[in-house]
Amino acid sequence: MPAPSLPSTFTRKRRAPGLGESLLRPDAPAKTSGQFAFSSDLYLEGMVWGATLRSPHPSARIRSLDPGPALAIAGVHAVITNDDLWGSRTYGLERHDQPVFADQVVRYHGEPVAAVAADHPEIARRAAAAIAVDYEVIEPLVDPEAAMTAPPIHPDGNLFRHLKIRFGDPGARGEVVVEGDYEVGMQDQAFLGPESGLAVPSEDGGVELYVATQWLHVDRDQIAACLNLPREKVRLTLAGTGGAFGGREDLSMQIHACLLALVTRRPVKMVYSREESFLGHVHRHPARLWYRHHATREGKLVSVEARMVFDGGAYASSSTAVISNACAFAPGPYLVPNAHVDGYAVRTNNPPCGAMRGFGAVQTSFAAEAQMDRLAAAIGMDPVELRLANALKTHDKLITGQVIIGTAPVAECITACRDLPMPEPLAPDAPALALPGGAGLTALPGDVRRGVGFAVGFKNLGFSEGFDDYATARVRLELGPGDEPLATVHVATVEVGQGFVTIAMQIARAELGVREVVVQTPDTQVGSAGSTSASRQTMMSGGAVQMACSAVREVLLERAALDLHLAPADMVLEEGQLVTKDGVASVSLADALKAGPIEATREFHHAPTEPLDADGQGNAHWSLAFAAHRAVVDVDPELGLVKVVQVATAQDVGRALNPLAVTGQVEGGIAQGIGLAVMEEMVLDQGKVRNPSFTDYLLPTALDMPPVVQTWIEQPERLAP
Amino acid sequence: MTDAQPTGADQATDSYTLTVNGKDRPVTDAWIGESLLYVLRERLGLPGSKNACDQGECGSCSVLLDGMLVASCCVLAADAAGSDVRTVEGLSPTGGLTDVQRAFVEQGAVQCGFCIPGMIVAIHDLLDRRPDADELALREAISGNLCRCTGYGRIFAAFHAVKQERARAST
Amino acid sequence: MLVARPTTLSGVFDALDELPGAHLLAGGTDLMVEVNFGHRRPPSVVGLRRVEELRGYEVLDDEVVLRSGVTWTEVEHDLAGVLPGLAAAARTVGSPQMRNAGTVGGNIGTASPAGDGLPVLGALDATVVLASRHGERRLPLAEVITGVKQTVIRPGEVIREIRVPRLDGPQQFLKVGTRNAMVISIVVCGLAVDRAGRSVRLGLGSVAPRPLRATAAEEFIAGAIDWDRLTAPADAVARFGELAREAANPISDQRGTASFRRHAVGVVATRALQRSLAA
Repeated sequence: MPAPSLPSTFTRKRRAPGLGESLLRPDAPAKTSGQFAFSSDLYLEGMVWGATLRSPHPSARIRSLDPGPALAIAGVHAVITNDDLWGSRTYGLERHDQPVFADQVVRYHGEPVAAVAADHPEIARRAAAAIAVDYEVIEPLVDPEAAMTAPPIHPDGNLFRHLKIRFGDPGARGEVVVEGDYEVGMQDQAFLGPESGLAVPSEDGGVELYVATQWLHVDRDQIAACLNLPREKVRLTLAGTGGAFGGREDLSMQIHACLLALVTRRPVKMVYSREESFLGHVHRHPARLWYRHHATREGKLVSVEARMVFDGGAYASSSTAVISNACAFAPGPYLVPNAHVDGYAVRTNNPPCGAMRGFGAVQTSFAAEAQMDRLAAAIGMDPVELRLANALKTHDKLITGQVIIGTAPVAECITACRDLPMPEPLAPDAPALALPGGAGLTALPGDVRRGVGFAVGFKNLGFSEGFDDYATARVRLELGPGDEPLATVHVATVEVGQGFVTIAMQIARAELGVREVVVQTPDTQVGSAGSTSASRQTMMSGGAVQMACSAVREVLLERAALDLHLAPADMVLEEGQLVTKDGVASVSLADALKAGPIEATREFHHAPTEPLDADGQGNAHWSLAFAAHRAVVDVDPELGLVKVVQVATAQDVGRALNPLAVTGQVEGGIAQGIGLAVMEEMVLDQGKVRNPSFTDYLLPTALDMPPVVQTWIEQPERLAP
Repeated sequence: MTDAQPTGADQATDSYTLTVNGKDRPVTDAWIGESLLYVLRERLGLPGSKNACDQGECGSCSVLLDGMLVASCCVLAADAAGSDVRTVEGLSPTGGLTDVQRAFVEQGAVQCGFCIPGMIVAIHDLLDRRPDADELALREAISGNLCRCTGYGRIFAAFHAVKQERARAST
Repeated sequence: MLVARPTTLSGVFDALDELPGAHLLAGGTDLMVEVNFGHRRPPSVVGLRRVEELRGYEVLDDEVVLRSGVTWTEVEHDLAGVLPGLAAAARTVGSPQMRNAGTVGGNIGTASPAGDGLPVLGALDATVVLASRHGERRLPLAEVITGVKQTVIRPGEVIREIRVPRLDGPQQFLKVGTRNAMVISIVVCGLAVDRAGRSVRLGLGSVAPRPLRATAAEEFIAGAIDWDRLTAPADAVARFGELAREAANPISDQRGTASFRRHAVGVVATRALQRSLAA
């Protein structure tokens, strides 16, 4: 792995034109007019439709499977099961423990058993339902606590990871002690664009896949193994992606569609229904957490003990990383001199869980912040003051032993959030829609009580524990239409709606002084950009784009210097002109490009991290971000109905490269937090999902979402691009 | 576009003509169970309306049927024959962006974009019926349009921007 | 043509004769979901949207005649003055898109235990008029819906209209749901006071296989109300809430537990009554 390097012309402090401005999204016009093609909109002449048959049981043995009745239906082209696989039969992000199709055993409600290709999606659906499967139902293992000692439901065992953190003095105690048990339910990413894509068999025996996902290359590698094809023959192109939030990190229909394409020699389109989507992707880990906080009577934290069990469901997905995050950030962003944490991620016959926005830090934040409130009450201290008194800062040590070398404006976030204006009190003549229950007219103002909550959270940016994370960018600069300089950015960076396409343009404009920038459709024809997750792409892919632009800039300076019989060091690129440092002579970009296009490909790596050792110690994270929230909530205590009145937040955003985009991201993240807090839960009954639909898995609507008052703390990381 | 239809013993097909965005669009030998959403997307080359739930719970398939905002996934296509159907693709007579669409772009109301066509249709409908709708009326009018990315804040901002612009234009 | 689009009621009966086994299609908000999910495969369909005799409503002196095709949007916007409880219920049915298409007749035909308008119509003693080629039947709503998604509607029959008495007195509607919009009720109630008849009617939904009337609660409170001043003692109001709770027979499902539903019935019934009484 190449050492992290900064290009010679790197000027960190210069605030370039274009960055910090709210450039409008280049894909927004097409999205508003309906012209933008999402993965579910793809069409190819001659294509057939794929459908999946999924297990109705959380745990069962497959006694027999007969595809005959499906194959007999007119319009059906193929049926495939585990018996038809010719490559790797399993895949996975951390461990390859997840079967492409169930192999004699199903371990969760919705596990794929077979796939069908047919002329019409309705035929494909009926054919899948016609496959005769004889299940021997087994009692499912659904209690994560019991799972730790129960007989294994998978050859790899029931424990994905037990992480221990032993930090400081194990005997440390405080004068004030509070403890509590907490539980967080299973949340779903519920991205609106369903899992979908189009697999096209190619002449060379390979396959082209147009798909919505979060990480093209990791998808490709898993698919190639399952198709027993060299990676170069599996070519992925990103199709319009309707949100992700972690739910697209794991594979869904990719392998199935490619298999059907290779078997039928036809393009195969697959689109999940909403119900299938709920069953077909990983969810947020439900968790049970116990905490005990020790503090001095003056409110200084002495020690935090915690034990948590995260239910990872049937397959590993990214559970070992989720529990790692949960434990590392277990006490919240406070200085904790002693800590004793045990985190377990376990396997059950519940639906598989993996990445969802927050990635483990959400569950522990809920528990840790509730603990801080209890502590404040026990001490008789204001809850915000208690948090301020313990807030982390740069040079403090986390309970993983890692010293924070980056920025850590926790106290600033807390005070800035506290100082944001409060909403108006509930008016005696408030309209029904402003009350808990809304148009349901359940409450009158007299039935309502108002409460205020405060919480501070943090998590890592980027991947952790020694993962060699990088992003690649290819930038090409040439004369485009009208002989205007045109920059083309080719990255595999998946755009899920977060706005990287805009940032890429802004960075290229700033680095090269070029107006015309085109961001190519991401595909696997360029090196990996890593996952669109962990809030990493602006830094990582942005960093790679910047590096590639710098390399192009160096060639431009060389060409200009040659022209002027000077040395490149005598020249700079400023506002689209290559000028001498004394400003006397210059060469235009267009002239410098007459000699031909310039192209550079670069990889950006962040500073290395380390795995956590047996005591949970190590420099596991590269960068941290912090946020403080205040929620004002009206509650109808007799009915338990809630109206969130306002959420105020102060967020550590680094440098806001596009203020409009940051605003939208903060609002959207808060909406998902409100959903988890108030209305979202996957309801399970002995492993079966009871509410795989928008009728009963409730997302916040425009009538549920409160105004968000936000302020930013802009303290960029030293090591960020 | 596809011409396929489900076959089998219970095959039931019909031919009919839909009027979509002012044009007559014949549909031939289509399975009678197809929703208007399906026919628009898969038979008529109009994939602007989106399918996120197929049960009227998300609004991403919103179209105007005889001037009324409906979920096209809950309309039987064959039953829409003879009615006027207007989709997101037909909102702009000139083919450029409408003022609502431009406001969405300018106010940062678009992230992944999947909910956006339905939102645009719903807000056009609201402003046509109630040009002076306030924010509470807006929230109720789009309470059937789910957005998972934006938290609605920038969508409200786009609405206010259009209202202001239209008010200025009419003075 | 396997999808008929008649414009008259007699055209409907002709179509039903020509297409035996045809499914009736009103607003589509129930039928289409079943079809989209593969639960129903209609061999043919008779669409009711264009039938003149089934559209709109008529306000008479002593009753409101809702044609079966009247949409929830029409009820919400046009009938708040004459049927305030039903108009309030209409505002909470699904989403604006669903309210524009969904019909009162369809709500009855689907007979979901959670139908929002049904407890209100039940409280008002609505009469359902069923029409077929052979004539009409008039039945109280309570006799039309016999169980979960079960009605007495026969093949060849359609709901023509719902006749809703106009009562003199306050009407309330309360619906408990965990979201402020587009939500299936956990508990729903409609309360109507009939000053002239000196009765209180309480319809409950989502707490039994079909909408019910809390008759014990109704009878009790009618005897405790001072009908001249429209007041009642606090302990009588509390007892009304208890009796309403006892009338409920809810199940536990993914939306709520039986114990919460029972508790919620007591709360909404009490509040509905309190809001109907003078201070």
